[in-house]
Amino acid sequence: MFGFRNKSIEKGEEPAEQKTGFFSRLKQGLKKTREGFTGRLDRLFLGKKEIDAELLDELEEILFTSDLGVEASKELIELIREGVERKNLDNPAQLKAALKEKIIEFLTIVEPEVREPKPGEPLVVMMIGVNGVGKTTTIGKVAALYKNEGKKVMLAAGDTFRAAAAEQLAIWGERVGADVIRQNEGADPSAVVYDAVSAAVGRQIDVLLIDTAGRLHTKVNLMEELSKIYRVADKKLPGAPHQIWLVLDATTGQNAISQAEIFHKILGLNGLILTKLDGTAKGGIVVGISRQLGIPIKYIGVGEKLDDLRPFNAKDFAEAIFSE
Amino acid sequence: MFENLSDKLNLIFKKVRGHGRLNESNVQDALKEIRLALLEADVNYKVVKDLINNIRDRAIGKEVLDSLTPGQQVIKIVNQELTGLMGGARQELLLTGRTPFVIMLVGLQGSGKTTTCGKLALHLRKQGRNPFLVPADIYRPAAIDQLKKLGAQLNIPVYSSDKELGPVDICINALSQAGRYSSDVMIIDTAGRLHIDEVLMNELVTIKEKVRPTEILFVADAMTGQDAVNVAGEFNRILDFTGIILTKMEGDARGGAALSIKAVTGKPLKFIGVGEKLDALEPFYPDRMASRILGMGDVLSLIEKAQEEFDQKEALILEKKLRKKKFDLEDFKKQLSQIKKLGPLEQILGMIPGMGQIKQLKNLKPDERELVKVEAIISSMTLKERANYKIIDGSRRKRIALGSGTNVQDVNRLLKNFAEMKKMMERITSKGFANLPGLFG
Ligand SMILES: Nc1nc2c(ncn2[C@@H]2O[C@H](COP(=O)(O)OP(=O)(O)OP(=O)(O)O)[C@@H](O)[C@H]2O)c(=O)[nH]1
Ligand SMILES: [Mg+2]
Repeated sequence: MFGFRNKSIEKGEEPAEQKTGFFSRLKQGLKKTREGFTGRLDRLFLGKKEIDAELLDELEEILFTSDLGVEASKELIELIREGVERKNLDNPAQLKAALKEKIIEFLTIVEPEVREPKPGEPLVVMMIGVNGVGKTTTIGKVAALYKNEGKKVMLAAGDTFRAAAAEQLAIWGERVGADVIRQNEGADPSAVVYDAVSAAVGRQIDVLLIDTAGRLHTKVNLMEELSKIYRVADKKLPGAPHQIWLVLDATTGQNAISQAEIFHKILGLNGLILTKLDGTAKGGIVVGISRQLGIPIKYIGVGEKLDDLRPFNAKDFAEAIFSE
Repeated sequence: MFENLSDKLNLIFKKVRGHGRLNESNVQDALKEIRLALLEADVNYKVVKDLINNIRDRAIGKEVLDSLTPGQQVIKIVNQELTGLMGGARQELLLTGRTPFVIMLVGLQGSGKTTTCGKLALHLRKQGRNPFLVPADIYRPAAIDQLKKLGAQLNIPVYSSDKELGPVDICINALSQAGRYSSDVMIIDTAGRLHIDEVLMNELVTIKEKVRPTEILFVADAMTGQDAVNVAGEFNRILDFTGIILTKMEGDARGGAALSIKAVTGKPLKFIGVGEKLDALEPFYPDRMASRILGMGDVLSLIEKAQEEFDQKEALILEKKLRKKKFDLEDFKKQLSQIKKLGPLEQILGMIPGMGQIKQLKNLKPDERELVKVEAIISSMTLKERANYKIIDGSRRKRIALGSGTNVQDVNRLLKNFAEMKKMMERITSKGFANLPGLFG
């Protein structure tokens, strides 16, 4: 699944030498990172019959550099340590399998009851997230997905704030062949959503995807704006929006936890979408988020094109953390 | 998780007191906490490792006898180490040589390049320059449109890029047109791209060769995690960029990426982006960033911001009024708008040490709507009422509530709080009125 990663980074020559010892030492360290984790764990295990402190240190490094974060990493390492103490784990091969299994377990969420649209009514999905994570692009991709299933899709340009946001969505609408409901820049986003829900019902649309303006989760008034959009949709079509998906950028570190917590608290999330996994970031932060908040990951984004969206697969994801 | 690194360290060092010097084992405990703090702040794992070694060397053997707060001592060392690593004096844009100067913004998708182009243009114009903008992102839908709109908002010319020509020719042509805009700085917005995308990285190299930018600024998101070193390292290796801009800093990200990027590239951080508005661009200060990464708030910024925003003259007038016991609701409203100018309340709280951790803040979210309400209520009063709140009787209260979209209880509460506050203020006139006690009570 993650084979789309270009390998040029490993072949790359070294950056110009830095004078200070600190930098050169760091460079050395990073060179190691750039070698990637290809079979690193395996190499580590080679010639080792026991799980020792050094091995645990290396494990910690893999977890941290994949952005699993302090909490999730600590928990995973603790589990391993216990296993070793209780002699359930006594060789390195078991350890790798056990870790992966744990990560998969963390990522496997039993979906809580979902709100379904009533027969004949559109499924309404709202896409939210901080600035620049890939909401609009993901809407285009998800729209294409539904289109391929033969569904009638409509897009709502709920980002009335960012310059040319509606134009951007309109281009995606054109690409996939979906109507786009929009108003002028600066318009009230909930008014756009009200229009869109009415139009979706009127035109017997199957899926309505609502784009929203990027916002930092710490901005109280902008979060209130989201709640209002939610209320307006629900008022126009009881039960809508049926799904609220938070888009997270795989390059994001610990802050993604704060994002997920606050968006979840205010709106109640039904799913996560992890974008930009075509880079070198591992996106490990979702492991803790998924577990802590019990939110499933729906899709991953692996590029900027229409078809660069994949269903999430916990096993592949865990595999990717320990490979290249 | 840790509440405040400073508290934690103080606790650890309580035991140390009287021992004279910090020894291996008590420093070890402290370093563990510091290490976690740095990792939680997204500082790269390797960078943390090296930092911790440096700090250990400096901390062990330090005299603590004379200091009642060894925790503070260690923090000072950590702070110095971080600040030093993040760069010395602050660096402006380098605009020397022949005009037009070219500034080129590069970075990953979604890092905030386009908005930052607008901000930079505004910043440069304020410095007396004549910038113009060149949209060279032909890939993302409506990216050119976006920059055009920003230019229109700012009344700064935007080159009309022809998508068909491709980014390289767009930039070359734009440069030859600088004279037409009588412009001395050209700012190029490039498309976001992955550091491992060879084709697109080469495109940047070509643009660099053709238009010879004096500044190539790497734009990175303050929320970036461990991958920051890979991305920045590659961009720098391929382009040898000249500086860094960290965006979305107004949020609650601790911003450890700043340290990672600086460490791996050695390039100076020049600006930070602190909001979506086009004037939300600030100079970068290493010492403040250090405290922020350590989760110790950003008191310096807060103080400076307060000084900047609070109009001194206005303050004097108000103080005089207060002395003469003439402080009225109109003055109160002015005060409120001053507070609002400081930025979102949460952001202000975030700058206060110990308040930075959103976890604890969760239950005491300052209610911004309350502020808005108070302003609306006062706005619905007549000038006479504002000057003398005592004339506001029942029927006036009803009218004011109606006019401000609130209810009579809200108006009552405001008036009661105002009366109390006035009394209190008049008692402490000598100190001016830096605090507004009971405002949200
Ligand atoms: N490489 C890569 N780029 C992506 C992916 N998803 C989105 N992008 C790019 O990220 C950038 C930002 O995407 P947008 O869809 O505009 O993000 P947004 O969240 O709608 O942004 P705002 O509305 O400005 O907050 C664009 O350049 C997209 O092409 C992905 O999976 N991989
Ligand atoms: Mg968008």
